[in-house]
Amino acid sequence: MLRFAARRVLLLVPILIGLSILVFLFVRALPGGPETALLGENATPERVAQVRELYGLDRPVYEQYVSYVQSVLSLDFGTSITTRQPVAEEIARRFPGTVELTVTAMLIAVTVGVPLGFIAARRYGSWVDNLSTAGSLLGIAIPVFALGYLLKYVFALKLGWFPTQGREDSLMFRNEHPTGFYVLDGIVTGNPEAAVDALRHLILPALALATIPLAFITRITRASVLEVAGEDYVRTAEAKGMTRPVITRRHILRNAMLPIVTVVGLQTGLLLSGAVLTETVFAFDGIGRFLAQAVFARDFPVIQAGILFLAVIFVLVNLLVDLSYGLLDPRVRTR
Amino acid sequence: MSLSGAEAQETTLSQPEEARGGLLRDAVRRLRRSPQAIVGATLVLLFVFVAVFAPWLAPYSPTAQDLSQVRPGSFPGPSAEHLLGLDQLGRDELSRIIYGARYSLIIGIVSVTIGATVGMALGLLAGAFGGWVDSLVMRGADIMLAVPSLLLAIGIAALLGRSIISVMIAIGVVNIPVFARLLRGAMLSQRESDYALASRSLGVTKGRVVLKHVFPNSLAPVIVQATLALATAITEAAGLAFLGLGSPDPSIPEWGRMLAETNAYLASEPLLALWPGLAIVISVLGFYLLGEALREALDPKLRR
Amino acid sequence: MTAPGPAVADAVPGAGAGTPLLEVRDLQVTFSSRGRRPVKAVDGVSLDVAAGSTVGIVGESGSGKSVTSLAALGLLGTRGVQVSGSVRFDGEDLLGMPEAELRALRGREIAMVFQDPMSSLNPVLTVGRQITEILERHRGLKGQDARDRAAELLVSVGIGDAVRRLRTYPHQLSGGMRQRVMIAMALACEPRLLIADEPTTALDVTISAQILELLRELVVGSQTALVLITHDLGVVAGLCDQVHVMYSGRIVESAPRRPLFADPQHPYTNGLLASVPRLDQARGTPLLPIPGSPSDTLPWAEGCAFAPRCTRQVPDCLGSPPALLPARGAARGAAREAHLVRCVNPVEDGS
Repeated sequence: MLRFAARRVLLLVPILIGLSILVFLFVRALPGGPETALLGENATPERVAQVRELYGLDRPVYEQYVSYVQSVLSLDFGTSITTRQPVAEEIARRFPGTVELTVTAMLIAVTVGVPLGFIAARRYGSWVDNLSTAGSLLGIAIPVFALGYLLKYVFALKLGWFPTQGREDSLMFRNEHPTGFYVLDGIVTGNPEAAVDALRHLILPALALATIPLAFITRITRASVLEVAGEDYVRTAEAKGMTRPVITRRHILRNAMLPIVTVVGLQTGLLLSGAVLTETVFAFDGIGRFLAQAVFARDFPVIQAGILFLAVIFVLVNLLVDLSYGLLDPRVRTR
Repeated sequence: MSLSGAEAQETTLSQPEEARGGLLRDAVRRLRRSPQAIVGATLVLLFVFVAVFAPWLAPYSPTAQDLSQVRPGSFPGPSAEHLLGLDQLGRDELSRIIYGARYSLIIGIVSVTIGATVGMALGLLAGAFGGWVDSLVMRGADIMLAVPSLLLAIGIAALLGRSIISVMIAIGVVNIPVFARLLRGAMLSQRESDYALASRSLGVTKGRVVLKHVFPNSLAPVIVQATLALATAITEAAGLAFLGLGSPDPSIPEWGRMLAETNAYLASEPLLALWPGLAIVISVLGFYLLGEALREALDPKLRR
Repeated sequence: MTAPGPAVADAVPGAGAGTPLLEVRDLQVTFSSRGRRPVKAVDGVSLDVAAGSTVGIVGESGSGKSVTSLAALGLLGTRGVQVSGSVRFDGEDLLGMPEAELRALRGREIAMVFQDPMSSLNPVLTVGRQITEILERHRGLKGQDARDRAAELLVSVGIGDAVRRLRTYPHQLSGGMRQRVMIAMALACEPRLLIADEPTTALDVTISAQILELLRELVVGSQTALVLITHDLGVVAGLCDQVHVMYSGRIVESAPRRPLFADPQHPYTNGLLASVPRLDQARGTPLLPIPGSPSDTLPWAEGCAFAPRCTRQVPDCLGSPPALLPARGAARGAAREAHLVRCVNPVEDGS
């Protein structure tokens, strides 16, 4: 297992180097070059000259790349053109919100999708199966932001069950944020109302965000359970007289988990990019909305850092998935 | 690309008649029996029909404003003259939805064509030459796939500036690694197939085997992926437009932007958000159903 | 389906004195799926297995031999499957038995070994776990007790270094080793009946011989009865007391081992034997494959299913299905029931 993990981590190195080159070249592909990226499009010639000097933009490209990597490794992503704050700080401040949102969405998707897909597979061809198949088709076809609007209109504007936007009701509670995870903050600061309030703000965006992974997880669970249930080793377990719950748990689910875990990893990446849209619909102050605003304002230091950051998170999540694959499947780790 | 569409067609038809005809006929028969395929094809045809005949179908021009009926925060809803009501600038919503289909279709087709041709060219190179060409193409694809697709599209569209062209390029580029990997994988498995080995053993040159047999037989998954990619392209184009990355011209009726513009009026005019949302869902669902049905019809492994 | 029954009632093969351990009567299995014609995989099979005996069921793929055993144990599932007739184990009807009771019986009283040991073992569980779970289920053994017993079982099927092997996964073992594990699992609770379904088909020839030898050591002469299902007459030759030959869902010939090999009377059995190379034949004797394929069959209702491929076809073969009747030359006493054949024009001696 250790050798498997070490090899898998080593495989990350070229991917991360490739990513850094991609993002480095990204701003150099801009019309007007990196100066525009750093200063925005309306900078004075003096400022441009100053920046060229400061960032060594006259030097050869590979030297620039090295210094880019150095600054990234020291977590220096430059300054946002719109907020005039260090990009690293801006991202760090908003990261917990996005994590809170995507984790909640993934929890919803997994806790609903896996049982639903399992039941659909065991009652193959029944109304539960047909309903879940139709539902997951719709979940895949409906864009997150359209669903976001629908949820917002019905549950926030019409029914008034949930707030329409933001992460908290800052006028009602004097909230402290030691961790940045607002639900957690409410709990650790002994302010349960604030925790409930933060949770209420989380529900609708998380639901909107959860639909696509929910649809895919339901589908893959159904397909995987159907496939595994027809495997010879399940018949062996039946022939051994094992009880139905044991066969389900030990023989079917343990094997059916493998593709489900892969899909969960891939979908986490979609959640991270889906957050750009969902956070915008619900004015939820996370990295996604920050990135969307930066895109609109052509704030390239933020766009560059945001994409690199989210891509690295995606790569790390998939590393975790691969490692858990090693834990779940002996054929992978002992190969 | 060394192969034009017509040439690819020709090589396809030069396959042994029995095998190709059998496969295709079988696939068509399975498609006609699948309710999924019928619903999908109907939705796609409806969508294409609306897009192509928009000027004849739309009751009004998508840009004509009737400001006399519009007051801030309240717009006339559905009526006999305006079946879906008027939008915030007094334009006929139905006409805008109908014209919106054109933009979705064009963006979808152009971007998938970019992604598929460039991706297939790279996949063909990688699959045919192997070695360092293969490594280079595949590692490049890995890196591009390490960025979540919508994020990559956002980055590229932001880089290129606000226009419909940049949306097409962005979504097209995102599709390149997918098609490259797909074609290469299919070619590798075809190359090991018995008939390819048999052709080689009969002294047919490697290049000829690749062009005449391996490449055409690798196309089935590409067709499936292209149909599914159209569905994704429409969603992603709507997403980019929603974020303000589409055309800067507000008179252009893009479904994604139409949805974004209703944000301020959502409480009073929810229907204005519903129509573009529904239009996106219907078109995406059509391509998705059709793609899935094609996959089932063309994948020999799923045959029973 | 209203298939006309045979004009003369079938005799029951293998029926001897006393209550048999397993008693199958008129077993019918029909598979039906939407939009397809129902397929009758097993069409009125009756046979007995006496305690401690070894019985072979032989036939080409699709002859219904595996389905017979799976149906008897309720392992076919319920979707699109109709099973009728009766299967009695130790006097109790398995087909009508409540599911919980049947589950308690499977693995404890009746065990199975399947064809492909790779796909029949759970890839994510250790070999040890797959053996201890059955001990836990039927013997109440847990923890170290179960592991000790599992190690003993591995040793008994000829796997050395058993304690370490318990911690390995199926993919780390060779094919022969995996099949030994399957046998250890099947014999874990000392069942009274072991059904081995093509146990050597997926293995190399030398390994296959070892596995058969192992089965002989462990089962033959013990209290455990063995039903050996195979397409290979060579496999039953060395092991079985009684052999049933199946074709298209029915038993076409049934005989103790010696008469079957010495005096095969059904043209199909004869064909099977003629298509196997034999060392005791003169050099240059041609191998005679059976013409056609198992799909060239006639529905039994219209006559003998083997008729389209049969070299001895006569007009009587068509019209109504032949009955399973005592064979010519086996007409005295108890042996009368021992050799049965379903043919209107059986093969004569020395052909």
